[in-house]
Amino acid sequence: MNELALKEFLYKVADDQLILGHRNSEWTGFGPLLEEDIAFSSMAQDKVGQSQALYEILHALGEQNPDTVAFMRNANQFHNCILAELPNGEYDFSLIRHFLYDTALAIRFEMLSTSAFKPLAELATKIRGELKYHTLHANTWVKQLGSATPESIQRLQKSLEYALPFALGIFEKSPYEDEIIKSGIFAGEEVLKSQWLRKVEEIIAQTKLQLPDTSSMNPVEGGRVGKHSEHLQPLLDEMSEVFKIDPTAEW
Amino acid sequence: MEITTNDIYQWLEEVKDPEIPVLSLVDLGVITDVKLNGKNVFVEMTPTFVGCPALDMMKGDIVEVLEKRGLKVDIEVSFRKPWTSDSISEKGKAALKTFGLAPPPSAQNLFTDIDILEHVPCPRCNGTDTELKNPFGPTLCRSIHYCNTCKEAFEQFKPL
Repeated sequence: MNELALKEFLYKVADDQLILGHRNSEWTGFGPLLEEDIAFSSMAQDKVGQSQALYEILHALGEQNPDTVAFMRNANQFHNCILAELPNGEYDFSLIRHFLYDTALAIRFEMLSTSAFKPLAELATKIRGELKYHTLHANTWVKQLGSATPESIQRLQKSLEYALPFALGIFEKSPYEDEIIKSGIFAGEEVLKSQWLRKVEEIIAQTKLQLPDTSSMNPVEGGRVGKHSEHLQPLLDEMSEVFKIDPTAEW
Repeated sequence: MEITTNDIYQWLEEVKDPEIPVLSLVDLGVITDVKLNGKNVFVEMTPTFVGCPALDMMKGDIVEVLEKRGLKVDIEVSFRKPWTSDSISEKGKAALKTFGLAPPPSAQNLFTDIDILEHVPCPRCNGTDTELKNPFGPTLCRSIHYCNTCKEAFEQFKPL
């Protein structure tokens, strides 16, 4: 197994979860209703916890400890997709992002539950169950608000059109894509993308939303190789502010 | 008298879930292996949810309870046998209900049948005229429901 390829893969999945987990936590205290405040905060806790477990696997492979990896890297060392780092915007955008992202994530972990890399397969078997609650939450609200009032439909439609090119960036291929597939770590971004698209179509078809044609869209890529939007570094600065005051503090 | 793994499990009954103080870690099903070698005990455990913030506290409590008996404790967190809500013992499920928390139904058919989240039996009146209000609750392992008969909210330990 190519260790460099494996590490790169683990970093991208862990970074996605940490960064979107942090964005979700920004809804704490600001949710449009109490239930949504709790939901986004809980998903934040799940995602940050899952990223930590993935960083632990990396630590066992010789990388720095999870806190150092999470708090001490600069934006260009992160491998998350750009979709995850975009500011929360209004609730309609956060909901659409949550739907597009978690649909892909749930399928990714389902696929990873049979990974040839055993520590990852075991963890994925656990995480895929937790993610069912995330997709249940996203699907419920997209179906409700995607068929509710002219305003809710129009808002979700606009956010869907804006978010889709970024969502396609989730599937940006790694420089080691072939090795990852050949060694059985993961079946690959192409397989994930086609399953994702089918699931997204299935849910959107149950609403009054129109899914734009993704085949003619240019994906917003770069995140997987450390080329990020201007939004990531301020997020990292805020996330690591307390840690950096005293990195040796015991919590 | 020589200590056996049975003794260890019995002593671990003293360690409760910090968020649900009526449930021991043994009944919760998070202790997945115990090995004893003289005065050295190895405990393997697995979290209910990967992001469970109570894990470190549980580890500390395990060490405290076993060191009190003169043992040297080594704990490993593993996903080798991932936790599911079906790992909760029958005794544990009964304790949850008394505590006012609806015990989880079997997680086997959860994701083919979403209705089992919709009409969870109320832990107070046992009625099923209830609604799911939020799949997320005050802790990662709880969801929020409303009982139309009692006209009151209740929580469920989520099937997983």
